Amino acid sequence: MSVLLFTLIILIGSYFAGLLGSLTGLGGGVVIIPLLTLLLKVDIHYAIGASLVSVIATSSGSAAAYVKEGITNMRLGMFLEIATTAGAMCGAILAVYIPTHYIAILFGVILIVSAILSLRKKAEIIVQHKSYLSEKLKLNSSYPTANGTVNYSVNKVGGGFFMMLFAGIISGLLGIGSGALKVIAMDSIMRIPFKVSTTTSNFMIGVTASASAVVYLQRGYISPGISMPVVIGVLFGAFTGSKLLVQSTSSRWLRWVFAVVVAFLAGQMIYNGVTGKI
Amino acid sequence: MAKFKDTDIQALIGNVLRAGTIISISIVFIGGIFYLYRHGQTTAGYQVFTGVPDFLQRPGSLITSAFNFRGQAIIQLGIILLIATPILRVICSAIGFAIEKDYLYVGISVLVLLIIFASLLNGHAG
Repeated sequence: MSVLLFTLIILIGSYFAGLLGSLTGLGGGVVIIPLLTLLLKVDIHYAIGASLVSVIATSSGSAAAYVKEGITNMRLGMFLEIATTAGAMCGAILAVYIPTHYIAILFGVILIVSAILSLRKKAEIIVQHKSYLSEKLKLNSSYPTANGTVNYSVNKVGGGFFMMLFAGIISGLLGIGSGALKVIAMDSIMRIPFKVSTTTSNFMIGVTASASAVVYLQRGYISPGISMPVVIGVLFGAFTGSKLLVQSTSSRWLRWVFAVVVAFLAGQMIYNGVTGKI
Repeated sequence: MAKFKDTDIQALIGNVLRAGTIISISIVFIGGIFYLYRHGQTTAGYQVFTGVPDFLQRPGSLITSAFNFRGQAIIQLGIILLIATPILRVICSAIGFAIEKDYLYVGISVLVLLIIFASLLNGHAG
C-alpha cells in the first residue's frame, strides 16, 4: 500500500473514531488502536504511540473550553494528577516488558468494561458532607448551572486517588485516555456531580498521556507517518462531535450503536491476542 | 494590580491549552504536506516494529532536518510541542497558585512535574 493511500485511510478512520469517541465520551483511542492493528496490520506499539498523541490533542483542545467555563475542578484535577502521572509512568515502563499479545487481550477487556460503564444511567448526586481530607486539600467547590451556582463536596479522597493510580497505569500501558475509569473514580467513589467529573477527567487526560508519551517518544513508538493522520483526524472528529452534542441532547441510541461496535472490536482484539496474531 | 484569583488561572490555562493545540497541529499539518509530497508514492510498512529513523531521535539532527523541510522531522517537532502543552499547563498552574499564595497546590503542581521529569529520564535510560 502506498503511503498516500495509507495516510488517507487512517485520516478518514481517525475522523470517525474522534467523532464517535467524543459523542459517547469514550475517547478516540479505543477505536483507533483496533483500526490500526486489525485492519491495517500496524504493529501495536506504533498504534499505541499514535493514539496517545491524539489523546493529548483532544484533551487539550476541549479542556481549554471547559476550564474557562469554570466547571472543571482544577485543584481536584491537579491533586489526582499525582496518581495518574505516576501510574502512567509505570504503565509505559511495563509496556516495554509485556508481550504484545497480552497487551491486545488487556486492551479488549478494558474496552468492554469502558463500553458497559458508558451505558450506565447517570444520576446527578450532590453531596454536602465534607470529609477531613477534602477540607484540608480544598477540594470542595462549586460549579455554574442553569439554576445558579451549585456547591458540592468531595468524598473518599483516598479511594479515588487509588483508582486514579490504576487509571493512569492503564492509560500508559494501552495508550488510551482511560476517561471511563477516571469518571468512575470521581462519580462512584468520590461522589462528584457528573458534569464536574467529566470535565475534570478530560482536564487530567492530557497530562497523564504526556507522562507516558515522553517514554514512548524516546523508545521510538511515536512514528510521525502514523501519528500525523491519526492526530489530525481524531482532533477534527472530536471537534465535529462537540458541535453535534450542543445541538442534540438524545445520544442514547448512538451510545448503543457504539457499544456494539466497541464490543465487536474488543472481541477481535482478544481473539487476535489469544491466537498470537498481534 | 487587582488580586489574582482562580478565574485568572483558569483563563491563563485555557489560553495555553488552546494556543498549544492549534500551533502544534498546524506544524504537524505542514510537516504532513512535505512528508506526503516526498514519500507519498513509497510503500507504507509498519507491520514490524523498528522504532523511528535515527535522525528523529537526536534533538540536534531533528531540528536541522526540520529546517531542511524534511516532513517527518517537522511532524515530530509538532508532536513534541503537543506533548509539552499539558506539561506547560502544569507549570502555568504552579505559577498561578504561587501568585495566589496557595503553597499546598504549588507543591502538588511541582510534584506532578517531578513525576513527569522522572518518566522522561526513565525513557532515556531504557
